[in-house]
Amino acid sequence: MSYLDNILFVLILAAGFGYFAINVKKLIRNIKLGRNVDRFDNPGERWNNMAMIALGQSKMVRKPVMGILHIIVYVGFILINIELLEIIVDGIAGTHRVFSFMGGFYSFLIGTFELLAFGVIVSVAIFWIRRNIIKLKRFIHSDLKGWPKNDANYILYFETVLMILFLTMNAADGHLQAAGAHHYVQAGSFPISGFISPLFEGMSEGTVILIERAAWWMHIVGILVFMNYLYYSKHLHILLAFPNTYFANLKPKGKFVNLESVTAEVKLMMDPNADPFAAAPPAEEGAVPEKFGASDVQDLNWVQLMNAYTCTECGRCTESCPANITGKKLSPRNIMMKTRDRLEEVGKNIDKNKGTFVDDGKSLLNDYITPEELWACTTCNGCVEACPVNIDPLSIIMDMRRYLVMEQSAAPVELNGMMTNIENNGAPWQYSQMDRLNWKDEA
Amino acid sequence: MTEDNFTVPTMADMMASGQQPEVLFWVGCSGSFDDRAKKITKAFVKILNSAKVPFAVLGTEESCTGDPAKRAGNEFLFQMQAMANIEVLNAYDVKKIVTACPHCFNTIKNEYPELGGTYEVVHHTEFLKSLLDDGRLTIEGGQFKGKKITFHDPCYLGRANNIYEAPRDLMEKLDAELVEMKRSKLNGLCCGAGGAQMFKEPEKGNKDVNVERTEDALETQPDIIAAGCPFCNTMLTDGVKAKNREHDIKVMDVAELIANAKDL
Ligand code: HEM
Ligand code: SF4
Ligand code: SF4
Repeated sequence: MSYLDNILFVLILAAGFGYFAINVKKLIRNIKLGRNVDRFDNPGERWNNMAMIALGQSKMVRKPVMGILHIIVYVGFILINIELLEIIVDGIAGTHRVFSFMGGFYSFLIGTFELLAFGVIVSVAIFWIRRNIIKLKRFIHSDLKGWPKNDANYILYFETVLMILFLTMNAADGHLQAAGAHHYVQAGSFPISGFISPLFEGMSEGTVILIERAAWWMHIVGILVFMNYLYYSKHLHILLAFPNTYFANLKPKGKFVNLESVTAEVKLMMDPNADPFAAAPPAEEGAVPEKFGASDVQDLNWVQLMNAYTCTECGRCTESCPANITGKKLSPRNIMMKTRDRLEEVGKNIDKNKGTFVDDGKSLLNDYITPEELWACTTCNGCVEACPVNIDPLSIIMDMRRYLVMEQSAAPVELNGMMTNIENNGAPWQYSQMDRLNWKDEA
Repeated sequence: MTEDNFTVPTMADMMASGQQPEVLFWVGCSGSFDDRAKKITKAFVKILNSAKVPFAVLGTEESCTGDPAKRAGNEFLFQMQAMANIEVLNAYDVKKIVTACPHCFNTIKNEYPELGGTYEVVHHTEFLKSLLDDGRLTIEGGQFKGKKITFHDPCYLGRANNIYEAPRDLMEKLDAELVEMKRSKLNGLCCGAGGAQMFKEPEKGNKDVNVERTEDALETQPDIIAAGCPFCNTMLTDGVKAKNREHDIKVMDVAELIANAKDL
C-alpha cells in the first residue's frame, strides 16, 4: 500500500491552512492599525445582535427573495462543510467514508447535504441572473466597475463548481457501491446525485473510480483555494459578519461621538479660573499631538476598519442613500470599498518595509474619497439602517469631515458662514440672540 | 391674542417668582427665527396653554444646541455651544425638556449627557402623546375628519432615536386617513436638510433630495403631508412648490394639526 496519496493530501492541507493563517494574521494586523475604541461593553446585547443579525440573518430578509436564497446558500455551505471533516479524516487516514458506521443517520446527513447542494446551485444561479441578466440597479452601479464585478461572479462560479463536484463525487460513489466495487462501502443516500449516476452506465469500473477520485480531490482542493480567496474578496463577509455584528455600535444612531480631546480644551477655554497663560501640560516625549478627525485609515478606529473588510458590496446602503439616489457622487458602499482598498495598500506598504509604514504621499482623503462625496451626506443614517451586517459608513464620513474642518478649515463657504453665525449670535442664521423670543409677540 | 390663551413664561420669570415648571420648552433656532417654524412653535404653545401645562422657555438665554456645527465636523464649536447651554440649563436645575425640533432633541438627549447635561428629553410628539394618555389633552377630528394624511419620518426622530409611533398615534385621533409612503419608518427617505445640508447648496447631482422625497409623498395622493421637524417642513414645503401643488396640498407639523383640530 502506498502512502503517496496521504502524504500529498497532508501537504496540500497544510499549504491551504498555512496560507490562510498568514492572511488571517495580516487581516488582524491591518484591522489593528485603527485607533482604539471600546466595544466590549454589554456582552449580552452584543451576543444577541450577532445571533439575530449574522446567525439569524434578520436584516437580510428585509429583501425576502434575496434573504431566503441567501439563507439556502449560507446554511447549505455551512452544513455541507461538515462533510469536510470526513474528507479530512479519509484523506489523512486513507479510509473511505469513515463516518458511514453511523448508518441511517449517515444516510440522512448525506441526503440532506445533497438536497442543500441542489438548493445552493439553484440559488446561486438566480443570484447570477439577478446580476447579469436582470441587472438589478445596485449590482450594475458604477461602484462595482472592474474587479468587484468580476469578484462577485467568480464567487458564484466557484460555489457552483464546488457543489457540482460534491454531487459528481457522490454519483460516482453511488454507482460504484451499486456495482459492488472494492473499497466502496454501502453508505449514504443520494436523492440528487442518483439522477447523475445513470451517466456512468457502461463505463468501466476504473473510469468511474477515476471520476470519483478526481471529484473528491478537486472538491477538497477547491475548498482550500476558496478559503484562501476570501481575503481578496467581498466573500470575506462569511467570516467577518460575525465579529462585525458583535462589535457594532449599540448606542442610538443619532448619537455621534463627542471627541474627548476637544472636551478637555473647551473646558479649559470656558473655565474662568483657568490661567490663559499657563503652559500647556508638557507633552510626553515624542508624542504626536492628536489629530482631529481622519484623513487616512490609521485615523479611523479598528471597528471602522473591520467594517471595510466585512462589506459584502451589496449596495443596500447606497440604494437608500438620499445623496446617491439624487445623482450625487457619494455612495456609502464606495466609502467602505475605498477604505478597504486604502487599508490594503497601507498593509502592503508595511509588508514591503519590514513592518513599518513608510509615507507614500497618499491618503484616504483625496486619493480615495473626495471632499465632494463627504459634503453630500445628510447624516440621515439610511445607510447604517440598511446594512445587513451593521456597517457604519456614516461614522467614517463624519470623521473625515472633522479632519477637513478642524485640521484644514476646508468647509464649504456657506457652512463657514453658518458656523460664524453660531459663534457670534448663537444661531445658524444672522439673527441676534436678543431677538429669540420675539415670536411670542408677533401676531 | 389675550394673555389668557397665549402665555409664554421664561425660566427667568419663573425663577423670580420661585416656581419650577413641569417642563422646559426648548424652542430651537428654527422655531425662534424661521417664519414657517414660528407657526409650529406657537401652535405647540397653544396646546400647552390649553392643557394647562406649566412650562417655560429660556428665551434670550437659549442658544443653538450646536447640532449643525457638529454634523458639519466642527466639534469645537459644538462643544462650546453645548457647554454654554448646559451651564444655563443646570443653573435653572432643569429636569425635563421638550422640543419640536428632532435635531435639538437628539443632540440634547444623546450628546449632552457626557458633557455634563443630563435631562429627560422628549420630542413634542412624545410629550403630546403622554398628555393624551394621561387624559390632559383631548384630540378631536375636527376639520381633518376623512382627510388623507401622510407622515414623513424625520431622520433624527426615526432612525436616529427609534421614535415612529408617537406622531402616528396622535394623528390617528384626528379621524383622518393615515397613508404610508413606500419608504417610511426604518426605510424613510431623508428630506435632504440634515447634516448641515440645510445651510449649503447641494453637491452636483441630477435632482434635489427634497423633490425626490416630495414625490414619495405625492404618490400617496395626500391632502396633507405631516412632518415633525421644522427643517423637514421647510424642505417638503419647497418640494410641494417645486411640483406646483401648493394650492391643494399642505405641509403641516403634527402640533399644528392638533391645534387646528381643536380650533386653538
Ligand atoms: C458560509 C456562509 C455564507 C455563504 C456561503 C455566503 C454566500 C453569499 C453569496 C454567494 C453571496 C452573493 C450573492 C449575490 O451574488 O448576489 C452573499 C451575499 C451576501 N451575504 Fe453571505 N454568505 C455566508 C454568510 C453570510 C452571513 C453570516 C451574513 C450575515 C448577515 C451574510 C450576509 C451577506 C450579505 C449582506 C450579502 C449581500 C446581499 C445582497 O446582495 O443583498 N452572509 N453571500
Ligand atoms: S448617512 Fe449619508 S451616506 Fe448614509 S445614507 Fe444618509 S446621506 Fe447617504
Ligand atoms: S456597507 Fe453594508 S449595505 Fe453597504 S454594501 Fe457594504 S454590506 Fe452592503
